Amino acid sequence: MPKTAIEVHNLTVSYSQRPVLWDVDFSLPEGKLIGIVGPNGSGKTTLLKSIMGLVPLSGGFVRLFDQPLDEVRSQVSYVPQRESVDWDFPARVKDVVLMGRYRPQNLLRRLTRVDREVADWALQQVRMQEFAQRQISQLSGGQQQRVFIARSLAQQANLYLMDEPFAGVDAASEKAILDILLELKDRGKTLLIVHHDLNTVRRYFDWVVLMNTRLVAAGPVEEVFTEANLQAAYGGQLTVLAQVVDRVQEGEFPVREKKGKIG
Amino acid sequence: MDAFWIILTGTLVALCCGLLGTFLVLRQMAMVGDAISHAVLPGIVVAYLLAESRDSLPMLVGAATVGVLATILIEWLHRVGRMQTDASIGLSYTTLFAIGIILISLFTRQVDLDQDCVLYGEIAYVPLDLWIPADGLSLGPRPVWILGGALLLILSFIGIGYKGLQLTTFDPSYAATLGVSTVFWHYALMSTVSLATVVSFESVGAILVVAFLIVPPATAYLLTDRLPAMLGLTALFGFLSAVLGYGMAVATNGSVAGAMAVAGGIWFVLALGIRFFKKKIISIIRT
Amino acid sequence: MKTLLEFLSLSDPNVRLVVLGTTLLGAGAGLVGVFTLLRKRALLGDAVAHSILPGVCLAFLVSQSKTPYILLIGAVVAGWLSLLSIDFLVRRTKLKADTVIGLVLSVFFGLGIWLLTSIQQSGAASQSGLDKFLFGKAASITSQDVELFAWVTLALGLVLFFFYKGFKLLAFDGDFARAIGMPVRLLEFLLSTVTVLSIAVGIQAVGVVLMASLLIAPAAAARFWTDRLSVMLVLAGAMGVLAAWAGAFVSYTAPSMPTGPWIVLALAFLTGISMLWAPKRGVLGRRLRQWRYTRKIAQENLLKTLFQLEELDGGEGARYSRVAILQHRELETAQLSVALRALKRRGWIEESDGLWRMSPAGREQARQVVRRHRLWELYLHQRLNLPADHVHAGAEAMEHLLTPELENALQKDLGFPVQDPHHSPIP
Repeated sequence: MPKTAIEVHNLTVSYSQRPVLWDVDFSLPEGKLIGIVGPNGSGKTTLLKSIMGLVPLSGGFVRLFDQPLDEVRSQVSYVPQRESVDWDFPARVKDVVLMGRYRPQNLLRRLTRVDREVADWALQQVRMQEFAQRQISQLSGGQQQRVFIARSLAQQANLYLMDEPFAGVDAASEKAILDILLELKDRGKTLLIVHHDLNTVRRYFDWVVLMNTRLVAAGPVEEVFTEANLQAAYGGQLTVLAQVVDRVQEGEFPVREKKGKIG
Repeated sequence: MDAFWIILTGTLVALCCGLLGTFLVLRQMAMVGDAISHAVLPGIVVAYLLAESRDSLPMLVGAATVGVLATILIEWLHRVGRMQTDASIGLSYTTLFAIGIILISLFTRQVDLDQDCVLYGEIAYVPLDLWIPADGLSLGPRPVWILGGALLLILSFIGIGYKGLQLTTFDPSYAATLGVSTVFWHYALMSTVSLATVVSFESVGAILVVAFLIVPPATAYLLTDRLPAMLGLTALFGFLSAVLGYGMAVATNGSVAGAMAVAGGIWFVLALGIRFFKKKIISIIRT
Repeated sequence: MKTLLEFLSLSDPNVRLVVLGTTLLGAGAGLVGVFTLLRKRALLGDAVAHSILPGVCLAFLVSQSKTPYILLIGAVVAGWLSLLSIDFLVRRTKLKADTVIGLVLSVFFGLGIWLLTSIQQSGAASQSGLDKFLFGKAASITSQDVELFAWVTLALGLVLFFFYKGFKLLAFDGDFARAIGMPVRLLEFLLSTVTVLSIAVGIQAVGVVLMASLLIAPAAAARFWTDRLSVMLVLAGAMGVLAAWAGAFVSYTAPSMPTGPWIVLALAFLTGISMLWAPKRGVLGRRLRQWRYTRKIAQENLLKTLFQLEELDGGEGARYSRVAILQHRELETAQLSVALRALKRRGWIEESDGLWRMSPAGREQARQVVRRHRLWELYLHQRLNLPADHVHAGAEAMEHLLTPELENALQKDLGFPVQDPHHSPIP
């Protein structure tokens, strides 16, 4: 039995009072390539952000490698959606990859030679070394995605959370990214990937988390990625839950009696 | 000699504001900078009233605090009051600025300030405001010393905090996942911007500061795609605006600060022209 | 007080003029500002206001007269020019909207200041008065001004009236308006024009620096009171007028005072009140609802505790002391006392000798809470795939929140179950 990499316990998250994740609860093992799948607006990105502590939780908690996030931060790396930053920012590819070496402890100090070497290695991994001096706005979507992944590789983490790394990338980039994910898995890393293309789920992933505001199923692909579960995830929101969500938002009610209290 | 001191003062203001403004522009917070520069006015007036002296250290710090408070107010109106962000910016700064103007009107006699100074500063009188210590030897205009000190502070802030500013500006959520406090860097930047607007107030007033905060960085942004180069070009355009603006003001006998703002605009239009021209040439070569 | 009465009696013809003028200005800006706010263009309005200054100065320089109509033309041209430059720069460069707005605002304003100071230095005899455009001076409104305001406000009112439906759609969903074939460009042009016009006249009272407030604050304040556009327009217009009167009054009592700042303070006051007191969206209203809900939770939890105690002992009508209640469920002592008193008042529990028991009505209430709790636990278990030992925390909150309709929907959805995931009966 492999150890647990991610434990999500009764997680409920709201955006402007509207719950977008409702009592999501699952555990994922180490060393797997895991896809998060669900329709648009089903809370996939929010799930990733709440695991990374980027959004306040209305209820529940998350543990990584059986510890709170702050204890294991250096082992966890996050690749946000490509659209989440302004690519007109005045920086070159190398500048962005080097950010993967930033830590709260070294923020006021200069980067070391090791840092630069790791960044070079990461760029090589994503086959972008000849673009090192290129301005980031002059890259294609797939190349930008690869830069983000290189930045993440430079963190040398054990757990990687990636938000739609395959969205809007060319075939060459898709291949390059997949190769990296597989190689990371071979090295025993855990990868949690938000994914939107149902056709490739079976080919890419070992495990899958199917969700639509609530968890539909989480487990090995062959067990969980079934017609019935897909129907449940993509067949729309549960009527009663949707009504309850509306009521919570309208009345601004709390979804837990006392914050942080676990019953 | 007067020309030298005025241009030097203008350049120092442009450097203090522009270098920090670079980050405001990249963070898409230019209008928050605008709000801060207006909001420090009541702080400055109250500090004048209490301290009865110009530019003592407590006064500078006190006034700058009001600028930071303004950003907190904007945030509060948005989060607790559920006001849309642009409205909360517009309302916070107009209200604080209005309080400042009313205070000036009420305490005209006690406060050595008037509406003209608020609008466009007294940079033309800088050469008269000499710093003469006890030994009687003049050390040059006082504002130059204050602005120079502030510039040193700002330069060391950017120098030491470069990575933090760069990271939290480019990708704040990623920064947060690394454990870097985005809140700390936000308020560190807001505080220094506040300080820059306060020390610039006397020379260029509370409103034209925005021109020095935003126009040189925007011009530099058009011409480069590297952050260090953008900071360098910002400094260059700040200096050029001060020179050209001074010339224009002397020629027309108008406000120096106003002319410097216009000069910044002229450099911007030139940079814009270069950019479009460059595109044209490239497209001609290609066809 | 005496001056206030004098002012309110409108006996002074000059006061009548000023009041009439500011009324027109306040109403116009308030109305137009609603669309500015809803289209998230508050700061654009700020930029236009600042940019008007050089237009006014140039109009004066060219014509050497202070005729309001000529200055208005200069103002409108400059305002439009600033809008066009902002639009151009946002579309054609990598600069973001906020930078472009700040840039245009400050360069235009710098130009205005430069021109204004040059005019003042040149000693043009009739220049005095241009500076009232900076911070406003309601007291200096002339009959010629009022005539102009009347025309502008009339035009603005007519445009808003005839294109109301189009503007409404534009404000709420511009893409949709375009999709159904609305003349969006024409509507935008008209709306921008009336905005520039109302700013151009509004600066007479408030001044260019603070004009943004007269444009945004009435709309922002009105927004707290209503979700309906028509009501919002009326409220915003009224608040604009009210604030403008406050400015006019200050101008009347202290003619040397700039009026703009006082109008802004009045607006801030109105907005602050609205933000705090508006029943539905106001801060205090929301706090009150939250407080009531907390109280309800405490009471229902107490009833539930008594119900569970009865379940354990198996006897209806058993009596329990505070200690027994607290042993079963953690409650703050003060909270417990308040809840006990409240439930007693409602006749849901009875007390004798420091012992408490439920009345039949109270038991029915408690049963409802417990039923909702267990229904929700079952729903989480069956529909949200939660393990049975993870369902309690969520149900603790939901038992207070579910309405009878939701309860019925749950019953139906789960097929009228009799047991919760822990095999406790659903009462």
